[in-house]
Amino acid sequence: MDAEITLRVDGVEHRLTVDTRTSLLDALRERLGNTSPKKGCDHGQCGACTVLLEGRRSLSCLALAVAYDGAEVTTADGLAPAGELHPVQQAFLDQDAFQCGYCTPGQICSAVGVLDEVERGWPSHATEDLTGDVELSHAEVAERMSGNLCRCAAYANIVPAVQQAGGVTPR
Amino acid sequence: MKPFAFSRPADVDQAVRDVAAEPNAVFLAGGTNLVDHLKLGIARPDLVVDVRTLTSGEVTDLADGGLRLGAGSTNSEVAADRRVRERYPVLASALLAGATGQLRNMATTAGNPLQRTRCVYFTDVTTPCNKREPGSGCSAVGGYTRYHAVLGVPAALPDPAAPETCIASHPSDMAVALAALDAQVQVLGPTGVRTIPFGELHRLPGDDPSRDTVLEHGELITAIDLPPAPAGSRSAYRKVRDRASYAFALVSVAAVLSLSEGVVADVRLAFGGVAHKPWRATRAEELLIGRELTEDAVRAAMAAELATAQPQPGIDGGNGFKIPLLTRTVVATLRDLTETIR
Repeated sequence: MDAEITLRVDGVEHRLTVDTRTSLLDALRERLGNTSPKKGCDHGQCGACTVLLEGRRSLSCLALAVAYDGAEVTTADGLAPAGELHPVQQAFLDQDAFQCGYCTPGQICSAVGVLDEVERGWPSHATEDLTGDVELSHAEVAERMSGNLCRCAAYANIVPAVQQAGGVTPR
Repeated sequence: MKPFAFSRPADVDQAVRDVAAEPNAVFLAGGTNLVDHLKLGIARPDLVVDVRTLTSGEVTDLADGGLRLGAGSTNSEVAADRRVRERYPVLASALLAGATGQLRNMATTAGNPLQRTRCVYFTDVTTPCNKREPGSGCSAVGGYTRYHAVLGVPAALPDPAAPETCIASHPSDMAVALAALDAQVQVLGPTGVRTIPFGELHRLPGDDPSRDTVLEHGELITAIDLPPAPAGSRSAYRKVRDRASYAFALVSVAAVLSLSEGVVADVRLAFGGVAHKPWRATRAEELLIGRELTEDAVRAAMAAELATAQPQPGIDGGNGFKIPLLTRTVVATLRDLTETIR
């Protein structure tokens, strides 16, 4: 069964007709040609499909496109609209935070979300004092990025990249 | 995936009428569990009714000093709410121990407690499962039981062919905290509203393992209310899992404790990962209230609570390890809450 929806992707509005079963991930990749979000597991376990949905990092594989009619979606592609890299993208380059690169767009969108959540003072499972300040320690980044798997295991460089982008000296 | 019609009604009243009128209709909120089940063929609805933006996404103060969590509030928003962090740390901690940042940004207050078991046989549609296909049998008995129940199960080894057999555990962390907090579930149904004490929301398998909760078809959770935290109480959530992050609980403990000069004035204990529902440890609570909080007293209370626990054998050595692990986790959780435990 079809539905007509509007998606605002990386600042550009698109009207499209989708089968109600279409995931937001498939709508982005197969219908709009935006291959930045990747299909890894397609079951919400690997994080490769992470996008910013209404500003919050979310899994596009577990979102039905029809349920997000009118939504604002930002992919890793849209983080550098004028060809100038986003600080998180630059940090991934500076810290050599990837090998094959397949999980990287999801890692980058997730990291942008992490930095926003830390800015808001949101605690994580790694935060000792739930009502205190959050510091972007190794343990905090590792916990907050645990929903993004990297089969090349570039984690040792992903954590410093997120710290660099967050203005913390990597260690 | 089986085709389905999709609707987003104007309000919750219409949503409830729409689902009630179609026997094979489901509500959709954050979708983190349901959309996966649509893909796997576990859920095969004819109609999906989207309520994500219809219920409140706010956390609001109640007149009695408690908090109301709107059904549509996300797990991350509730965990980050300063009132929740300060007054209900057990809930904030439980939410943060579950899933990942991306999932918590999508999953909702009403959806989280309604998520379904992660029993691998429930998820694998090629195997018999009484919860997924009533009457087909239970593949978990004697199988991979590491994440399965030890409480609320029959005293003898269950019959895998019997239609009532199910040894699945409930996977939610949030629900364990809500059970310990004596939360109240606000429900809108085709015949009106009702309030369900959180401890009565989830079922044991009984004679119908396909039903996780007492909700009737068409009933929608609109909010979950937290009563005021007991005066002088402290609370904590402790989760034991196979990985440091992003894994379901082997066992977990939610505790709300009030001490008066070393004596337990009030204690609420709920366990995750050990039963078909969040397990409220009422027997252990009764034995601890009025007692000096010592490790011996906690161990004795847990021995009574676990008297009917039944380890499930399995291909990986079974899950008998959960019984001593749960007792140790309760001791550790209460120790986290007080310096006086000896």
